[in-house]
Amino acid sequence: MSILIGKNTRLLVQGITGREGAFHTQQMIEYGTNVVGGVTPGKGGEWVHGVPVFDTMKEAVNATDANTSVIYVPARFAADAIMEAADAGVGLVICITEGLPVLDMTRVQRFLAGTSTRLIGPNCPGLITPGEAKVGITPNSFTMSGNVGLVSRSGTLTYEVAQALNDKGIGLSTAVGIGGDPIIGTNFIDVLRLFESDPLTDQVVLIGEIGGTDEQNAAAFIAENMTKSVTAFIAGRTAPPGKRMGHAGAIIQGGEGTAAEKIKAFEAVNVKVAQQPEEVADIVAAQM
Amino acid sequence: MKLHEYQSKRIFAEYGVPIPKGEVATSAVEARDIARKLGGPVVIKSQVLVGGRGKAGGVKLAKDPDEAEAVADQILGMDIKGLTVEKVLVDQAADIKEEIYLGIVIDRARQMPVIIASAEGGVEIEEVAKTNPDAIKRLPVDPQVGLMDFHARNLAFDLGLGRAYVGQFMKILKGLYAAFINTDASLAEINPLVVVEGEKLLAVDGKILLDDNALYRHPDLAEMRDVQEETDSEREARLAGLSFVKLDGEIGCMVNGAGLAMATMDIVKYYGGEPANFLDIGGGAKSDKVATALRIILRDPKVKAVLFNIFGGITRCDEVAKGILEALEQVDTNIPMVARLVGTNEEEGREILAAANFPSAASLGEAAQRAVELAKGA
Repeated sequence: MSILIGKNTRLLVQGITGREGAFHTQQMIEYGTNVVGGVTPGKGGEWVHGVPVFDTMKEAVNATDANTSVIYVPARFAADAIMEAADAGVGLVICITEGLPVLDMTRVQRFLAGTSTRLIGPNCPGLITPGEAKVGITPNSFTMSGNVGLVSRSGTLTYEVAQALNDKGIGLSTAVGIGGDPIIGTNFIDVLRLFESDPLTDQVVLIGEIGGTDEQNAAAFIAENMTKSVTAFIAGRTAPPGKRMGHAGAIIQGGEGTAAEKIKAFEAVNVKVAQQPEEVADIVAAQM
Repeated sequence: MKLHEYQSKRIFAEYGVPIPKGEVATSAVEARDIARKLGGPVVIKSQVLVGGRGKAGGVKLAKDPDEAEAVADQILGMDIKGLTVEKVLVDQAADIKEEIYLGIVIDRARQMPVIIASAEGGVEIEEVAKTNPDAIKRLPVDPQVGLMDFHARNLAFDLGLGRAYVGQFMKILKGLYAAFINTDASLAEINPLVVVEGEKLLAVDGKILLDDNALYRHPDLAEMRDVQEETDSEREARLAGLSFVKLDGEIGCMVNGAGLAMATMDIVKYYGGEPANFLDIGGGAKSDKVATALRIILRDPKVKAVLFNIFGGITRCDEVAKGILEALEQVDTNIPMVARLVGTNEEEGREILAAANFPSAASLGEAAQRAVELAKGA
């Protein structure tokens, strides 16, 4: 496997009987992901696309020996779902749900600090290791396996860049969508560290956007710790300050978090920054 | 969602924070009555949801009810940064000796609330951060434990407050923190917190920003939204669940996903155009939502071309294509458009558009270039 998900993934779907949960369970199974069960409180004993449904995560983990879960429950139940998964001993939890209150996430992060669970998201598209497994909502068309690792704060922009790479015949080791919220479980640095030590990844693409300072921190980390080349793209060069651009995290406040600052931070440590999504593929191809 | 000063201060008062006596007026005569009731000098403060009201002339002192009426008459109806003043707050004027800044926000890096305080209050905290960063004290608070007395006490001494103020300051900070947590705020701010005659602290200005994602559990706060502060397009977008920000350019953009929407704006600019808006239709949008989005875009008279950029994951391209055609049946327009649909159900989506002779582009770059040409009349 590449990083985080692959052939060894044993996946539970939290919210499996909902519209999104059921649709994407089918999509993930078609892609080849090993979906071992699902959870919807009150629907234990039912089946969805050939997958058994349980009432609680504890019960589901005991019955299936799952190591990963993906969350599609509505925002008001999502913090609880993340903590339930961690409490049941799931090592990797991916929260697709968007719209979680920020204060809920401060509590989630404090709860997770006492466990060995890694959270990805919330408000993210999930992960894909082409040819092995997909967890989340990324389109099934990304099937080309390769040696480029991709980490991104944005969902559809990830697809855009993956498509551009795909069109040039470049495949992915793993693509990780970390989510666009102000408080997230796994950040750029965590994923860069995993790619750096993954023998199947030769270079990395990082897709950032306005808001916060995670990209600047990633640039500092790259300068200190990465031997593999990193190519970056930052969305929001034209975004006006003070306005929230869709993502709760994408807002420029007090001169902090502009695209220009982030691009400067990357260029200062010799990370090439693409002007537009399609150019990412040109830069990566030139470095192969 | 932003709350007005008067709304924010009323919430603070519920949590034990002392605020000046005052009431809201919508007419000059009302302002006069309030001033008479309060007695003594008053301050008339425009209630609009933008910063810099003072500099714009929207905050003024009045020594008696006559002057209060005259000043209120001046301020009501005034335009401040594009917003019309509909309400003024008439507060008892305070004899200010010192000004302190006190605010709470979420610290993204530490992933917890952080209290920010400075003995240099009364000006924008961003200014202090630039000119005198050492004057700003930061105190992260573990939300699981909450704000302890010693935290508040330490901060009071750090700010150099005299002993007479420490107890009051602790009560105010604990009240502000409780208000922040209980309203699910992303910002709760008192600026300034002032020292007045009789060794008393008083919150003379206040601001709360609420986390939109948490409004579902605060229906009482959601009702405080001032709909007069929203444009028709912003309101329609919010009610439809669209994320929309109006900009000044001529190319309307409809995209799924916030990151891709920003990248689409950037690429329009890269090819020499100017985006007219940021518009994210979100994940899984159905055709009616697409139709609403298109109506909002076309309402802007500056728009000369519309660019659709859809990368279907959870969103299905055929639904978007249907939405575009549905909207075009409802809206009579000759604005040129170009669509780029890829991902889930892209074949079906493109067939629907092709059957209606709607122009498509294969890549984002091609679509953006075409939109820029169309806007220039090519």
